[in-house]
Amino acid sequence: MDFATFLIQILNGVQYGFTLFLVASGLTLIFGIMGIINLAHGAFYMIGAYLSFWLFGMSNSLWVAILVGLPIMVIFGYAIERLAISFLYKRDHLYQVLLTYGLILILNEMQKILWGSDFYSVPVPEFLSASIPMGNQEYPVYRLFVSLVCMIVAAGMYVVIGKTKLGMMIRAGATNREMAQALGINISRVFAIVFSLGAALAGFSGMIDAPLSSVYPGMGDFILIISFVVIVIGGIGSVKGAFVGAMLVGLADTFGKVLVPEFSSMVIYALMALVLLWRPQGLFGRPS
Amino acid sequence: MSKNNKSRRNFIAGAAATTGLVAASSFIPTRFAIGAKAPIKVGILLPYSGTYAMLGNSITNAMKMRIEQAGGKMGGRPIDYIAVDSEMSVPKAPQNTNKLIKKEKVDFLVGPVHSGIAAAMAKIMGQLKSPIMIVPNAGSNAVTGPLCAPNIFRTSFSNWQPAFPGGVLMAKEGHKTCVTISWKYGAGIQMMAAGRDGFATMGGKSVKDILLPFPNVEFQAHLSEIASLNPDCVFAFFSGGGATKFLKDYEAAGLKDKIPLYGPGFLTEGVEKAAGSAAEGIKTTLHYASNLDNRENEKFRADYNSAFGSNPNVFSVQGYDTGSLLLQAAAAVGGDVESTADVISAMESSSIPDSPRGPWSMSKAHNPIQNIYLRQVENGEQKLLGIAAEALEDPADGCKMA
Repeated sequence: MDFATFLIQILNGVQYGFTLFLVASGLTLIFGIMGIINLAHGAFYMIGAYLSFWLFGMSNSLWVAILVGLPIMVIFGYAIERLAISFLYKRDHLYQVLLTYGLILILNEMQKILWGSDFYSVPVPEFLSASIPMGNQEYPVYRLFVSLVCMIVAAGMYVVIGKTKLGMMIRAGATNREMAQALGINISRVFAIVFSLGAALAGFSGMIDAPLSSVYPGMGDFILIISFVVIVIGGIGSVKGAFVGAMLVGLADTFGKVLVPEFSSMVIYALMALVLLWRPQGLFGRPS
Repeated sequence: MSKNNKSRRNFIAGAAATTGLVAASSFIPTRFAIGAKAPIKVGILLPYSGTYAMLGNSITNAMKMRIEQAGGKMGGRPIDYIAVDSEMSVPKAPQNTNKLIKKEKVDFLVGPVHSGIAAAMAKIMGQLKSPIMIVPNAGSNAVTGPLCAPNIFRTSFSNWQPAFPGGVLMAKEGHKTCVTISWKYGAGIQMMAAGRDGFATMGGKSVKDILLPFPNVEFQAHLSEIASLNPDCVFAFFSGGGATKFLKDYEAAGLKDKIPLYGPGFLTEGVEKAAGSAAEGIKTTLHYASNLDNRENEKFRADYNSAFGSNPNVFSVQGYDTGSLLLQAAAAVGGDVESTADVISAMESSSIPDSPRGPWSMSKAHNPIQNIYLRQVENGEQKLLGIAAEALEDPADGCKMA
C-alpha cells in the first residue's frame, strides 16, 4: 500500500466512523440515560431512510425530506416512548429486549406494507454530487459532507449535554434517577425527550445515509449490530465513548478488510474482545 | 403479515383438502380416486417474507399463470397448491421439507430460492424416490453436482452458467488483468470462481479476489484498494440492495469510466432504476434478457403484465418454465404422476420449446442446457447485445448421473 492509498484508507475509516457515530450516539444515549436496551434502534434508522425516499419522491429535495422527516421521527419516537417503552422502566432488561425486538418485527412489517419489498435509492443533491480526485480514485463530495454533518451533530450534542439546563437534567437523571426526581426534575419528561431525540438521531442517520446506502428492507439490522459493538467498546452510556468507539471500529473495519481480508468479518469483534479484556466497562464507561 | 396469512390460509386449505382426501380414499379404491380426478399436490417452499419475498412471489405468480393458461389442470387432473413460507431460514428447511413430503404427501415440491436451503432439501430428497423436486431459482452448483439425484430437477441455472461466460467476455474485450469481488457465501464464492475460470481459459489473470462478509455493504475500503491495484477490469457479483449500492459507490469513486465493470446478470437485474446512471453501460451475462426477440417472450410479458400489473423478471421466467415442465411431465404420463419413475424419464427427455428465454432442454444432471445472453444497460433497461454462450451446459462436477 503506497502512502497516498494509506491516507485515503484512513479517510475511508474516519468517514465510516462518523456515520456509525450518528447511529450509535442515539443508542448509547437511550441506554445510558434511560437504561433501555433499544433493539429497534436499527429499525428507526431504516424508517428514516424510507421516509427520506418517500418524502423525496413528493418534494424532489433531500433537504425538504429531512426537514419534514425529522419532526415525524421525533413524534414517532415520542409516541413509541409513551405507548410502549414507558411501561417498562421498572421492569427487567429482558422485558425491554422482548418489547423492542417485537417493535423490529412490527416496523419491518409496516415498511413492507407501506413501501413493499423493492429497494430504492435517493439521489445525491445536485451541488454535492461531484467527486474530487484523490490519488488513483475520486472521492465523492457527499461522503465528506456527511462527515461534516456528523461532526456538527457531535459538537451539538456535546454542547447540549455539557452546557445546557436540559443537558444537566439528562446527566442528573443518568447518574441517579431517584435523586434527580427528589430534586424536582420531571424525569419521565426527560426520558420522553431523550427517547424522541434518540429516535430522531437514528432516523436522521437513515435519511442522510439514504443517498449513499440505497434504501432496502432490513437495512437497519446490520447497522444495529455494529452500533452495539461501537457502544460496548466506547462504554455503554457515554457519548464520548461512542465517538471514540465509532472511529476505532471504522478504522479497524477498513484496515481489516484491506490487510487481513480473510478475517475482515472478525476484526471489529476481536477489537471489542480486546477492549473488554482490558476494560470490561468499555473505554469511557463507568465501572459498575 | 398479509403474505404470511395468505400462505397459512393456503396451507390450512391444503391440509383440509388432505384430510378430506384421506377420509375419502379409505373407502374408495385408489384407481377410482384417480379416475375421479383426485388433485395433484404441488408443494411450494419459497420466501414470502423478508428481503427475498419479491422473488418468491414472482416465481409463484408466473408458475400458476402458466398452469392457468393450460386450463388449470395437469394431465387432466386438478391441482392443490400447498405453499409454505421458507422465511429464507436454512435451519427451518429440513422441517419445512419434511412437513410437505411426509404430512402433505405432495407429488411435486417446488423450491427454493436460497442455495443453503436447496442443499438441505437436496440432502433429504436424495434419500427418497419421490416426490420430485423442481428448483425454480437456487443456483448452487452442488444441487446438480455432488448432490444430484434422479428426483431433483432445476429450471433456473447453476451459478457457474451465467458467471463463466462473463469471464470469457472480459478477455474477449481485450482485458488481461482483473479484480474479482463478491460476498463470501455460496452463490458469491461459486460465481466469482466461475468468472475467474472463464477469464483464465482465455489467458486472463485475476490479480486479487475480494470476498466481503455477507451482507456487508461498506465497499469504500475495497474501492480504494481496486483503484490502487488498477486492473484492466473488475468482475463483480452482488444482488438486490447490495448491487445497487455497489454500482453507485463504484461510480462515485470515479472507477466506472476508468476500470470497466462486468458480472453475472444479477448485478444489474431489477436494480436499473434504483442505480440510475451507475448501472448505465454495464455489460452482464445471464440466461434471460427482457427484450429477447421471440414471440413467447412477448406474449409472456404481455400476459404477466396484464395479470399482475408489473413487469416480469428473470425469476418469473423461471417460475413460468417450472409450470411448463410440470404440465409436460403430467401430460406425458396421462396424469398418473404417482408413477414417479415415468414422470422422471418424461422430465429427463423434456425440452421446453416455448420458454420466454428461448428453447432449452434438460441436461443429464437435470439442469437446463440454455443460451447465456450478453446484455447491456441502456437508458435504464437491459438491452440484448447477443448470445454470449450458446446452449451452455453446466459441467456438473461431481454428479454421478452426468
